[in-house]
Amino acid sequence: MNKELKLMKGNEALAEAAIRVGCDAYFGYPITPQSEILEYLTREAYERTGMVVLQAESEIASINMIYGAAGAGKKVMTSSSSPGISLMQEGISYIACAELPCVLVNVVRGGPGLGTIQPSQGDYFQTVKGGGHGDYKLIVLAPSTVQEMVDHVKLGFELAFKWRNPVMILTDGALGQMMEKVELFPQIRRTTEVPEWATVGKPKTRERNIITTLHIEADKMQEINLHLQKKYKEIEQEEILYEASGCDDAEFVLVAFGLVARICQKTALLAREKGIKVGVFRPITLFPYPFNELNKLADRAKGFLTVEMNAGQMVEDVRLAVNGKIPVEFLGRMGGVVPTPEEILQTIEEKFVGELV
Amino acid sequence: MTEEIIIAGFGGQGVLSMGQILCYGGVIENKEVSWMPSYGPEMRGGTANCTAIISDTKISSPILTKFDTVIALNQPSLDKFENAVKPGGLLIYEASTILKPPTRTDIEIVPVEAAIEASKMKNAKVLNMIMLGALLKKKPVISIESAIEGLKNVLPERYHDLISLNKHALEKGMELAEKVGVPA
Repeated sequence: MNKELKLMKGNEALAEAAIRVGCDAYFGYPITPQSEILEYLTREAYERTGMVVLQAESEIASINMIYGAAGAGKKVMTSSSSPGISLMQEGISYIACAELPCVLVNVVRGGPGLGTIQPSQGDYFQTVKGGGHGDYKLIVLAPSTVQEMVDHVKLGFELAFKWRNPVMILTDGALGQMMEKVELFPQIRRTTEVPEWATVGKPKTRERNIITTLHIEADKMQEINLHLQKKYKEIEQEEILYEASGCDDAEFVLVAFGLVARICQKTALLAREKGIKVGVFRPITLFPYPFNELNKLADRAKGFLTVEMNAGQMVEDVRLAVNGKIPVEFLGRMGGVVPTPEEILQTIEEKFVGELV
Repeated sequence: MTEEIIIAGFGGQGVLSMGQILCYGGVIENKEVSWMPSYGPEMRGGTANCTAIISDTKISSPILTKFDTVIALNQPSLDKFENAVKPGGLLIYEASTILKPPTRTDIEIVPVEAAIEASKMKNAKVLNMIMLGALLKKKPVISIESAIEGLKNVLPERYHDLISLNKHALEKGMELAEKVGVPA
């Protein structure tokens, strides 16, 4: 069979993937730099698969529509950008507690506040460490190419239903706006089957299904917490994804996720031209996080430089992973500014190479 | 082969679509491509630019500061990106509106009077295709046929009667580039 190759914008590729994965519904509210997702779905989805696409009155409405439709066992998705995702946090916490599958997409822009429409990674803490209230985790995928914007939609729904857990695709404005070649997977038929836990009416053969996040008894609530924590441990055992390139002989390793990892790839090329052995380690899942893999890598390398489009968020996890074995330095750009390959190289030279000579 | 190109000009000059045509052409030739627009405040008036990368191998950073080729369609873009050309690289600029020409001596410089040619062809919008023709003459990163196929993808179908005019513009650009430009 011929491969289906297209040149697509990240946002449009993600929307196309949502249609093809057999998504039942999308609820969203427009915000730059991700409005193309809603626009594309509005134009294409219903006629092709019967997928429901609804522009809600707000992000808060969107996430609660997701809560309801996910409770009915449907494949549902929403997307927004930073300020909009902040508005959704209450609902996300409810969905995580209720253990409902869904795919959420944050095309991150520079913050805090209303901020800028330029790319950023300033929402790492919000996404990975909580965001909403209570002890819950999202499974977090961080694409670095337009191809992964497609692949992670498919993977996201698989993981969401496997673990009955919300999945967040954490990407940024640049990946949303840029065009690259993508290979699309064939259309998956929407299914009318629903999981046994879905609240779609009670047949005589079983007890009533109840979805709630309210448990007045502390003991009961603790039980639910313990169950969630056990699930998160299992996810940590099974679902870690990362990409290590040029790390086997690297003296210094750049640790970065998403778009920035690709900028670091360029830096690694430039560094090797100068005879500095640099590798790139890219966590693909931000939860579960590849702590052990980074720790092992710290036995071989002399130093890590974490590069992010924020003031230093993932670097805390890198330092936890490395546990003081080697120095972990940080380079960050904020508010929509993207680091350049050259300045990353310069930082390696200043922080590491200079000291060793 | 990896060719890292930035195209810069005013909004409305066809800067973004020119990059897209290149990238569609690259996809047709089964190359790796990356197209990154400036989508910030500048696209809401004023200058616009896009980075187009065409490569035989996987592309690393889609965001760059140094380029093999710079295509500048106006004076502010020329001023901004002249120094972003890698030594030995190529600078193509729209010459009919430029008051302060480039001064570097370590790169190949190709002035193209695309605006004048476009007005001779009675369609100012083919300016970008003339510039693209000039690029493909100097650096055949994709074939003319692929560029035309790329154009068919970028141009809305209701304008497909303009394909032959655009092809003519491409050829004009190639002809102009052949005449000018002294290698570094």
